Amino acid sequence: MSISRRDFNKLLLSGVAGSAFGLFGMSSNSFAAGGSKKHVVVVGGGFGGAATAKYLRKLDPSLAVTLIEPKLAYITCPFSNWVIGGLKKMSDITHNFTVLRTKYGVNVIADRVVSIDAAKGTVRLGGGKTIGYDRLVVAPGIDFKYDAIPGYSQKIAESKIPHAWQAGPQTLLLQRQLHAMKNGGTVVICPPDNPFRCPPGPYERASLIAHYLKKNKPKSKIIILDAKEKFSKQGLFTKGWERLYPGMISWHSSTGGGKVLGLSASAMTLETDLGSVKGDVINIIPAQKAGKLAFDAGLTNDKGWCPVNPSSFESTLHKGVHVVGDACVAGAMPKSGFAASSQGKVAAAAIINLLHGKEPAPPSLVNTCYSLIGPEYGISVAGVYQFAANGIVEIPGSGGLTPADASDDQLQQEALFAEGWYTNISRDIWG
Amino acid sequence: MLLKKNVMLSLVFAAVPLLHAGSSAIAAEGTAPVPATAPVSAPVPAPVPAPDPEMVRQRGQILALSCSGCHGPEGKSTSIMPSIYGKTTGYIESALIDFKSGARTSTVMGRHAKGYTAEDIHLIAEYFGNLAKKNN
Repeated sequence: MSISRRDFNKLLLSGVAGSAFGLFGMSSNSFAAGGSKKHVVVVGGGFGGAATAKYLRKLDPSLAVTLIEPKLAYITCPFSNWVIGGLKKMSDITHNFTVLRTKYGVNVIADRVVSIDAAKGTVRLGGGKTIGYDRLVVAPGIDFKYDAIPGYSQKIAESKIPHAWQAGPQTLLLQRQLHAMKNGGTVVICPPDNPFRCPPGPYERASLIAHYLKKNKPKSKIIILDAKEKFSKQGLFTKGWERLYPGMISWHSSTGGGKVLGLSASAMTLETDLGSVKGDVINIIPAQKAGKLAFDAGLTNDKGWCPVNPSSFESTLHKGVHVVGDACVAGAMPKSGFAASSQGKVAAAAIINLLHGKEPAPPSLVNTCYSLIGPEYGISVAGVYQFAANGIVEIPGSGGLTPADASDDQLQQEALFAEGWYTNISRDIWG
Repeated sequence: MLLKKNVMLSLVFAAVPLLHAGSSAIAAEGTAPVPATAPVSAPVPAPVPAPDPEMVRQRGQILALSCSGCHGPEGKSTSIMPSIYGKTTGYIESALIDFKSGARTSTVMGRHAKGYTAEDIHLIAEYFGNLAKKNN
């Protein structure tokens, strides 16, 4: 209650008072009536949600925009590997919503959405409030299929074998375990099958753990037990590992002994087709599905992700509800922070048109992801996407990877650009 | 694939090259070109639909918004990434054309620029060129 009152006052102060009556009214209809401002509610303050909220207000200041996010600050998955490897601090990857509130006039509510009523156009918050909307944007991120590996569970993830695939306490748990490990220890990383958040992420993680181990515990090893036959930027990573960490990292494909059949958390062993693998530190990145709210709201398909109209990111299952980011099915686009923010901008522009009774314009989408193999060794993947008859496709001839024959200068430049990328994309979304 | 793209974009850009004759998208908003509904008595030339200035503006905007992911909001970088903000339309357009052709070397910009047509590049350049002008 006190949070709501405070938000209410801030709302009045931030100059969007016209929306306030509808905001805490019971339905969107009261909003649309009488020339009140149109109200868009965004759920989730990550790359997709925060970008949507910010760009809605930036592109159409006449809108009232409410962002609902239980956390007071968002900790990014991108660059959390840099924290694990000792190159960044948690504070470097933590972003609050102050600028969205004060500069962009987004009404930020620190609460959880417990249910969505798409027919009535309302969301209900954990604190008990019901908020009406003209359009809703849901950016719930990912959830984990813990049961994909027998013996693994959320409880074990939180206490002993972290996934560290949602940044925060999990990132620090994995980092502490690496710090506590003896020189000569074994780190086992288990990346999931597709599709999952940040396809190159597990391999950047192996790289930056190797960087830490080489400096501090050089007799140690990293074993990657992969649920896949191949992985993102594979040639570039493999070459980088041979050059920077020779003999330290071994990767096993799913059919080459990488498939994890079961876990014994007490013995710290993983069962594979080729026998038992023991780890001093084990990092299981479980198979994934859309965040829980997407399931609760009936926004998911039989594969556990949210189908959307690619020109507006409006759900094909619930009218008036848009889904952006990792949770949505975005054709050729990978599940990445950059992709989520690109989708958020497209969704914002489409929503503005829809609220004015116009069709969304054809979208243009981009992904740009950097991975760090060593502090002076960066690689990237880029993609430019458009809407075609069969959904979102990559524009032929565009995008692609750092060339296999990139010079050391180029790799060093890409490492510098990786850091520059993070600075700017963070400001583009939360700054 | 290219065919599909051209078909789709032609809906929006049937007459975008008109804009290239020196007039900016913003200028076009104020001075709408010949209306498409003008009566045509002669059999040739075939009537060219006028570009909807609002659609052209939106197209430039959605293309340009992708840039800020790496180059910072409004193209204003505070990192090693070069700023786009403050550069002229002509400079940005020729830079992107050169990135696309490979005449200008880059790490990742060439890969991006290959995703855009000459019209796209012009609209991106115009968006940032006008942004700087507007704020000065």
